[in-house]
Amino acid sequence: MNRILAIAGVVIKELYRRKDFYVLLVLTALITGVLGMINFFNDPTIVRYLKEVCLLLIWISSLVICITTAARQIPAECESRTIFPLLAKPVTRGQFLLGKFAGCWFACGIALLVFYLFFAIVSESRGRDRAQATTASAAAATNAAAGTLVLAAPPETGHEGHGHEEPEAAGAHSLWINYFQALWLHWVLLGVVTAMVLLGSVVFTAPSSNTTISFIGVLGILLLGEHLHKVALQLTEPMQTLLSLIYFLIPQLEWNDIRQRVIYDHPPIAWVHCGLATVYGLAYAGLFLYLAWLIFRRKNLTV
Amino acid sequence: MKRLPPILVLCLLGVVCFSLATLLQPRAAAWSRGAQSGSILKVLLGDGRRLFANHFAQQADVSFHSGFYPSIFDNREKPKTTAMNPGDAAHNQTEHEREMDFLGKPRDWIQAFGRHFRITEHTHLESGGEREVLPWLRLSAELDPQRIQTYTDGAFVLCKRLGKVAEAEQFLREGLRNNPDSVEILYELGLLCSEQKHDPERARNLWELALARWTSQEAGKKEPDFFMLEKIAVHLGVLEENAGNYPRALSLLELAKKAARNPAGLQGRIDELRGKLPPASKPN
Repeated sequence: MNRILAIAGVVIKELYRRKDFYVLLVLTALITGVLGMINFFNDPTIVRYLKEVCLLLIWISSLVICITTAARQIPAECESRTIFPLLAKPVTRGQFLLGKFAGCWFACGIALLVFYLFFAIVSESRGRDRAQATTASAAAATNAAAGTLVLAAPPETGHEGHGHEEPEAAGAHSLWINYFQALWLHWVLLGVVTAMVLLGSVVFTAPSSNTTISFIGVLGILLLGEHLHKVALQLTEPMQTLLSLIYFLIPQLEWNDIRQRVIYDHPPIAWVHCGLATVYGLAYAGLFLYLAWLIFRRKNLTV
Repeated sequence: MKRLPPILVLCLLGVVCFSLATLLQPRAAAWSRGAQSGSILKVLLGDGRRLFANHFAQQADVSFHSGFYPSIFDNREKPKTTAMNPGDAAHNQTEHEREMDFLGKPRDWIQAFGRHFRITEHTHLESGGEREVLPWLRLSAELDPQRIQTYTDGAFVLCKRLGKVAEAEQFLREGLRNNPDSVEILYELGLLCSEQKHDPERARNLWELALARWTSQEAGKKEPDFFMLEKIAVHLGVLEENAGNYPRALSLLELAKKAARNPAGLQGRIDELRGKLPPASKPN
């Protein structure tokens, strides 16, 4: 365990010595700051657009940090030949891989913590989100009751007919729980991505190709993953079966993306579901790491 | 040769920069006027900005529904009106409910479990929360100034939901400058003058202009926008009735009745007006 942690420590040191993280943090802060200064119809309490943009930037930054950090670990060690003294310590290849994974994952966790802290400061500094929502069906019921009035009045009164009921009582949920769950699930997702990229780095020869393929893969899963089954149903065989197979095989990373719940101030998700998503993510991370180890243990390290 | 002290070199550079700036600034302003480009976005994106404008307008709708919104993969008809500014509540609410019922039953365990992380409740922003859609509408208007619905939706939210009448009027006037022939914007401006500013004279002028524009633009079309005609004619009719100009009010309500989807609803109003007419001017 100590050996794994020692290797992980080196990776974490590498993160804070490199400039990637600082550049991305400053960029995120700069863009968010500039957007925060824009005046929309003299209303300084508008906040959700800022949360949306800030979280999007955090997601992009975290994926960039995660993929680029993980992709260069093994190839860099092989290229500089530092892997040989490391493996001669003795550190097994499994421990080496686990150390690299833990280092990248913890490094991403530290970066995420800073990013989410910034997000929380931005979000809270603009004032607590005051937007309230009511169920549209309730509004429809109100309109149905007011239907006779709508007929007699000029069509314009329809605008008012769309009016809503009194707002529901605000839930006892805390925004901070939402922030924590978003951070936690985001970190779990980065664990899966790190493991996936480490697997890629023992399969592909160049880190650049691994980085590109990983980006495409992760973005593809995040944007299309949950819809693959819907698309599959509209296709003919054998594409339908193939796409369905991919749908059930890939890790459903979009479960870990609860940005919308944070932005629109929805109640936190149940801890059971949060826990199950964590177990699911860790299982996939374990699977990718195991596959990486299977390939890496027999891999010829001399170039 | 004697070296200049660095502070002097710095001052010299500063003076050069300032002189250049004063020289170039008027020219740069003239260039941008010459290119008739109000925004850098137009230069950068060209006509592609309309795509982004539509995206941001949709983003406003997403925000209004607090994230509960169908993706392109969900089976759903294109909405006829946004929920932000419903044109006809009685018809529109049921339509809207049907449009937004896109989730259905989960097809598999992945979808079923994934819904715990998604927003699955159809809600609308209210109690001033509607302000959150404004940045997206502003962006949409910047990107596509010819998108009329952006102005009408934005003005509705500003005026009816947030009570920002001055901002709503400013936004509509900006829309009118970009779309001088728009019947919808003229109608909304008239509504704002009549209901919020209590200025019937200006409202009458705006609605008369809207009616004239509707006649010139829509009358020759295969499928004219009768709903808009009905709205303009009814409002103008009510205005004339309040001013005691009953014959004109009657003719406007008759016009509205021709355009109405529910003419029976207006008949009572017309009969009532006929009763107010002096006997000599009563039509047969």
